[in-house]
Amino acid sequence: MREPHDSAARPPRTPNRRGVRAARPPNPHSPGSACSCRRRRCLPTGPEGKNVEDFTGPRERSDLGFITFDITADLENIFDWNVKQLFLYLSAEYSTKNNALNQVVLWDKIVLRGDNPKLLLKDMKTKYFFFDDGNGLKGNRNVTLTLSWNVVPNAGILPLVTGSGHVSVPFPDTYEITKSY
Amino acid sequence: MSSLLSSNFSRSYRKLYYQVLNFGMIVSSALMIWKGLMVITGSESPIVVVLSGSMEPAFHRGDLLFLTNRVEDPIRVGEIVVFRIEGREIPIVHRVLKIHEKQNGHIKFLTKGDNNAVDDRGLYKQGQHWLEKKDVVGRARGFVPYIGIVTILMNDYPKFKYAVLFLLGLFVLVHRE
Repeated sequence: MREPHDSAARPPRTPNRRGVRAARPPNPHSPGSACSCRRRRCLPTGPEGKNVEDFTGPRERSDLGFITFDITADLENIFDWNVKQLFLYLSAEYSTKNNALNQVVLWDKIVLRGDNPKLLLKDMKTKYFFFDDGNGLKGNRNVTLTLSWNVVPNAGILPLVTGSGHVSVPFPDTYEITKSY
Repeated sequence: MSSLLSSNFSRSYRKLYYQVLNFGMIVSSALMIWKGLMVITGSESPIVVVLSGSMEPAFHRGDLLFLTNRVEDPIRVGEIVVFRIEGREIPIVHRVLKIHEKQNGHIKFLTKGDNNAVDDRGLYKQGQHWLEKKDVVGRARGFVPYIGIVTILMNDYPKFKYAVLFLLGLFVLVHRE
């Protein structure tokens, strides 16, 4: 059973590591372009896969993915007089041989009214372990990351909104043996 | 003289009968509205009161949640679900963290409270790692703060509940149309 990784800074990568690292996926929003008034961008880097015993749940060997990402978001337009807080979350959606649809929340954050609405997060590790139900991450080219949020009003409807713009993170075909984060 | 007395007596008897029928109508209307809500929302409990602080700062103890449980709305991550664990009667309000859905539509999912550090696997039954559709009471679609405190008070202090019921009954019986 692999011990949980410590949250030290990422070690510099040596070129001749075992395992295949996926190339950095193309950025859907180029830095200088004028997007819609709500700018949010999620940039993941080098997803890697391992196959370990799922120590958080059923004791079978499942794929464990590692993704590091940046998030730039301007949430000011979402807050109005009836918004108490936003529950922001980054989720990965993909399908595998075992399951037609998988959705895993990788990271979440509560933004209260009054907090700084501009987020500039770099080199974030996933908050939750990205375990698959089975071995479906290896070689999976169609893992899509989406930023969504749940608006919690002072009183009223609780809408779930998905941000526009998805980022695809293809997983490599082999497992990473050495430390990742 | 005796005929005057008897007509007075039957008049007040009729009035009492009328008040009781009125009361019965109010109770059955309330029940019909509740059952109607159950049908529209598809949930066995369309309105629930939040009992714990595991979803703070979004929901606090005493907040009221409006639920739906329509089959056409599949369970997706980020949704706030109210579910019941087998063997326990108190439902729990938490958020969906992971879902795995098979081709045939069978979904298994994992939940976590916003204010909790870990997911709910420790709360599930021994050996249970996932929740399924049958455990779900409903998805939270709307909410109103504070109002549910009355229900919590009535549960924690039974004397308060009896006092409220007594006052309500008194009000209905005494109220003049």
